[in-house]
Amino acid sequence: MVRDISTSVCGIKFRNPIIPASGTFGFGLEMADSMDLNLLGGISLKGTTAEPRYGNPTPRIAECEGGMLNSVGLQNPGIDRLTGEIVPSLRKVYGGVVIANISGFSEQEYALCCEKAAACEGIDMIELNISCPNVHGGGLAFGTDPRCAARVTAAARKAAGHKKLCVKLSPNVTDIVEIARACEAEGADALTLINTLLGMRINIATRKPVLANTTGGFSGRAIFPVALRMVWQVAHACSVPVIGCGGVGTAEDVIEMMMAGASAVQVGSENLRDPFCCPRIAAELPAVMERLGIEKLTEIIGTV
Amino acid sequence: MKQVNFIVRENVPIAADTWKLVLEGDCSAISGSGQFVQLSIPGVFLRRPFSVSDVQDGLLTIVYKVVGKGTRYMTALKEGDSVDTITGLGKGFHPQKTGRKALLIGGSVGTAPLLLLARELLAAGKEVEVALGFNTATLVFYKEEFEKLGLKVHLATVDGTAGLKGVVTEAIAPARGYDYYYCCGSKIMMKAVAAYLDTPGEFSMEERMGCGTGICYGCSIQTNNGPARVCADGPVFAKEDMIW
Ligand SMILES: Cc1cc2nc3c(=O)[nH]c(=O)nc-3n(C[C@H](O)[C@H](O)[C@H](O)COP(=O)(O)OP(=O)(O)OC[C@H]3O[C@@H](n4cnc5c(N)ncnc54)[C@H](O)[C@@H]3O)c2cc1C
Ligand SMILES: Cc1cc2nc3c(=O)[nH]c(=O)nc-3n(C[C@H](O)[C@H](O)[C@H](O)COP(=O)(O)O)c2cc1C
Ligand code: FES
Repeated sequence: MVRDISTSVCGIKFRNPIIPASGTFGFGLEMADSMDLNLLGGISLKGTTAEPRYGNPTPRIAECEGGMLNSVGLQNPGIDRLTGEIVPSLRKVYGGVVIANISGFSEQEYALCCEKAAACEGIDMIELNISCPNVHGGGLAFGTDPRCAARVTAAARKAAGHKKLCVKLSPNVTDIVEIARACEAEGADALTLINTLLGMRINIATRKPVLANTTGGFSGRAIFPVALRMVWQVAHACSVPVIGCGGVGTAEDVIEMMMAGASAVQVGSENLRDPFCCPRIAAELPAVMERLGIEKLTEIIGTV
Repeated sequence: MKQVNFIVRENVPIAADTWKLVLEGDCSAISGSGQFVQLSIPGVFLRRPFSVSDVQDGLLTIVYKVVGKGTRYMTALKEGDSVDTITGLGKGFHPQKTGRKALLIGGSVGTAPLLLLARELLAAGKEVEVALGFNTATLVFYKEEFEKLGLKVHLATVDGTAGLKGVVTEAIAPARGYDYYYCCGSKIMMKAVAAYLDTPGEFSMEERMGCGTGICYGCSIQTNNGPARVCADGPVFAKEDMIW
């Protein structure tokens, strides 16, 4: 029997639910010579800000049991190059869903980037990364306070016009549902969760932090249960679709995320260990579905 | 870039804490010296990057120094074991930049990639001289391998237990007649070499890596051409591009 692995998120169709997560697959073009990008349901592009950014000093990468930490610090060429050069080039080789991941350090910056992304034909969806520190809010991340999250979502919603807007939530909060509801109320069409958990490592020989930035975002297989729990909570509390992200590395993980309530699934750190993992996971889905008696992937969304 | 499951043919110590790993498999993605591979090592999350030290007859040689968990696990690899590898990574050395004669400058385990480079230069009809710096005699490797290729090798050790006493610039001093150089070692060593030599040359840089394939931007450095990823835009950079 043919297994249907297509899905959709707020009206946007995906040929399969697999999306490389922002920051873990560059701008897609980096891999264009090494794989057929069209095997990917969507691509979430590297986080982009209004101006080009170099990011944090190195080392930017650390490791732990079952996962890793990063403090890349949003290195990117700026929104104008994204919309003017990168997305048009990507569109020449990629027909799936292109998701622009937008970051900012003020509401104005988010709004400006969203406006420019909305005007870019090749972008299908905007994903708002609200884990960035708010320079006008004492450096606290937008996504850790429901009022801040609501305000930045409202500003982005207005700037994004008709373009679909997805808000990517930070897990570094006490009540993820409260934040999710605040974003939904301000017009988010979908929610991605989760971003990285704040973490730290120390080199006990040098007695210094491993990361030059001291702390960084913890991701990878080890965070899967945290991500799954948050997807499950939010999917049951909100009516907008959820894109699950965090610790996914196998087709079984994808199915588990979808049972918890995800309509599509992002794969992050696993791309760093295996740049070919996304097409592999997509290719493995039908066999796992067959084993589990699933005909159509969308039939399992939120069934737990 | 290609994923290949290599088979271990040999994994032996060749100097103190320094091992040679010979892998058999599809080396077709490797275009030349200075490129590297990413090995998946059971027990650590991320792959580990190692320079291609030599490629001959379907055999890939890597020389690694045991510095932490991953490299310690690597010493347990046995003949016949399979190693999941991403090969053919990065932009390597440019042998064509040598006019008549090249100087190869290796610091410690940074000597590893210079062997394949020496072969390439010789095959292109260039003359080659080698300058190597190590901390102490027990760490020295590849001196004979270069000599077997007929090359003059200048050696220095910091404690003077082998060759000249001092850092790598002591080994560089007696070398003559080269118009281009290739350097691989620690950042401090390479910075010293860049300051010491007026001759044009290039450096193989090292940075803590995430992906090694150019998609995570974990390994960025600032260069005179703007930000560059060591893994994909390098690891080899021209002297004039470097900001030390
Ligand atoms: C392009 C490239 C080529 C390389 N080629 C070689 C090679 O041919 N032979 C070789 O022995 N090593 C090489 N290295 C370094 C090698 O990758 C590291 O030594 C190795 O990853 C350490 O793994 P570990 O798990 O043993 O150490 P960990 O437990 O991860 O770390 C132990 C110590 O090693 C240091 N370390 C870890 N990774 C790196 C790194 N990438 N660069 C510098 N220091 C590091 C850490 O600061 C720490 O103090 C290369 C690195 C790069 C980026
Ligand atoms: C190196 C790296 C860079 C990242 N950059 C971004 C980014 O720019 N924007 C963003 O929203 N998330 C970013 N993330 C977070 C991932 O998209 C993802 O949410 C997180 O890593 C959890 O998924 P995982 O466990 O599958 O990696 C980054 C993660 C990593 C590892
Ligand atoms: S290590 Fe990921 S871009 Fe270089």
